[in-house]
This record gives sequence, C-alpha cells and structure tokens, in this order.
Amino acid sequence: MSQDVSRAKRNRILLGLLPLLIFSALVGAMGYQLLFGKDPSLIPSALIGEPVPKVELEALKQDKPGFGPADFGPNAGNDQPILVNVFASWCVPCRAEHPIISALAREENIPVYGLNSKDKREAALEWLNELGDPYTRIGYDPTGRAGIEWGVYGYPETFLISPKGEVVYKYVGPISPRVLKEEFLPRIEALRAK
Amino acid sequence: MKKLCLSILLFSAFLMTTTPGFAVLPDEVLSDPKLETRAREISKDIRCLVCQNQSIDDSNADLARDLRIIVRERLTAGDSNQEVKDYLVARYGDYVLLTPPLNLETIFLWGGPFLLVVFGMGVIVLWYRSRAPGSAAATQEGSLSPDLSASERQRLAELMAEAPQSEPNKGGDK
Repeated sequence: MSQDVSRAKRNRILLGLLPLLIFSALVGAMGYQLLFGKDPSLIPSALIGEPVPKVELEALKQDKPGFGPADFGPNAGNDQPILVNVFASWCVPCRAEHPIISALAREENIPVYGLNSKDKREAALEWLNELGDPYTRIGYDPTGRAGIEWGVYGYPETFLISPKGEVVYKYVGPISPRVLKEEFLPRIEALRAK
Repeated sequence: MKKLCLSILLFSAFLMTTTPGFAVLPDEVLSDPKLETRAREISKDIRCLVCQNQSIDDSNADLARDLRIIVRERLTAGDSNQEVKDYLVARYGDYVLLTPPLNLETIFLWGGPFLLVVFGMGVIVLWYRSRAPGSAAATQEGSLSPDLSASERQRLAELMAEAPQSEPNKGGDK
C-alpha cells in the first residue's frame, strides 16, 4: 500500500515537471534554429542544376553587349565559371556589394554578367559611371520579366554558372566579404578544378 | 430593437461575404470574367516571394503584381490552371505554392497531424488500459488478479457453481 502511495506521488511529480520539460525542449529547438539554423526566408533557387533560363537580354550600354543562353556554356567558347549579378540603381544593398563584385571580377578574373532589372536606363548608366563598371556583359530588363525567368525575388541576387552553362548556386542579398570567402570562392575553385 | 439587431447582423454578413481585392489593380483585371475568376483562384494559391506569408492576390508588392500579370497572360494564352502553376514552380520552386505538393520533402508536413492524432489515441488507449481491471495498477488495489494458479482457478469455478444463478431481489434490498 505504501508502495502505491509513493508511486502515485512520483507520477504527480513527473506530471508537474512536464511543462518544464516541454518548455526546455522548445527553448532548445528554437535556440538551435536561431544560432545554427538557416534563414527560412531564403528560398533555394529552383534553377540549381538546370541550364540557364532561355531569355535574351538587350544591351544596357551601347558599347557592351547584353546576354542570352548562347553566352554561357562551351558553345560560347567559354571554359570559365561565370557570375550573373542582378542589380538596379535604386537598390541600396547593390551599392554595398558593388566593391566586392568589382574586386571579384578583377582579382579572380571571372566574367561577371550584370542583369539590370526594373531600372531606368539613364539611372543605371549614371550608377555605373559613378561606381565603376565591373561587368563583362550587361543585360537590360526594364520590365523585370527576365528577372522572373531567372527566379529573382530580391535585389541583389548573384548566380554562379558552371562552364557547362548550368546554374550551380544562387545567393540572395548583398555579397559580404564573409559570403565571398565562404560561399563563392570555394565553389569557383571547385568549378575550376574540374 | 429587433430591427436594429437584424440590420447589424445583415451588415456584418455583408462584410463577411464581400472580400474586395485591394491588391488587384483595375488595369490588371481581365475583360473575360471567367478567366478573371480563374486568375483570382490561382493567385490565391501563389505565394508572394517578397512578403512570403501573403498570396500574390493579397500582396501589394511589385513582384506580386508582376506575377499576377503573368498568371493572366498565361491564362489568356490558353494555359490550364495547372500549367500556369507549373510555369511558376519551374522558376521559383514548390515554395511558390501556398499548398505544397505531397512529396518526400513535405511528407512530414502533410502526415504530421495524422501522426499526432495516432500518437494521442495511443496515449489514451494506454491510459485506459492501465486503469482497467486486471492491469497491474488495479491488481494492487485488490481486485481481480489475472495470475491465478491452476488450483485457485478450480476453486473459483467451484464457488461460482455453488452461487445461485440469479438473485433478482438482492439489488433492491437494504
């Protein structure tokens, strides 16, 4: 009988501890997501592993061509990885990442195609005059339609395209020195080593 | 008073039935009402990728407007509802759908509620069984034990046989 009482008592204590246990589990799960988890607002690109979208972009500048699917891959006489950087003159983070894009094009000797989306031509040209133009080609997409073909939903976005002309990686947001070092450079090296 | 109540009721019912499309701008609306209805239906299931918890039908974001226009263009070009959705999924992935498709990645999302119900029912069943007569907990309180020896069983059968078959008046007596 006394065994019975102690058993009931133990059950009650366990029941009383249950909220604390659930709370700790929640704190654990949320803390993990906060510290180590991925940002849930970042949507992985649906184009990874796919060939570049079949969309022709007119030139932004008179002396620099736009680009289309034929400007990627082996048929374009290109054995290099290529970056496609979506930018607009009204986009403040684009301005922030501009020096890094420029350094990447200069120091890594990697072709960077600019995709000027939802912008006015004069504003874009002025922006490039002011900050410098690191791009090999610049496509002009005033309506944002080409951006949608590329699955763009935020500015800036940067795609890494393999020498075969397939989308390898996409980064949404401005490229910081850390993102450059941890995300882009290793992938570019891996593509070049192949 | 009754009249007032009725009119308030009617007015609130009216508010509930009309959900005006604040985000859809007049210049986007198709002239064919059938196509426009289908466009609205599709847009309600397409996520605005900028705001993420709004459909493009609700969202005022620039991209949402562009996607609404694309949905209407595809419909006018003769696409089925599914083809329009497939077009967007090809560019933005399954995430663009507010109703995710059932596949390996989403199996827990879809199956989770059912798993929880099964788990809860299991807990309830276990709970009742632990309280039912014959279980360990009940035995300790002195009721019927399942673990009778053969001789005990025999004795029990004898006692049951000796007892009167029916005692109709016993329950009523005090």
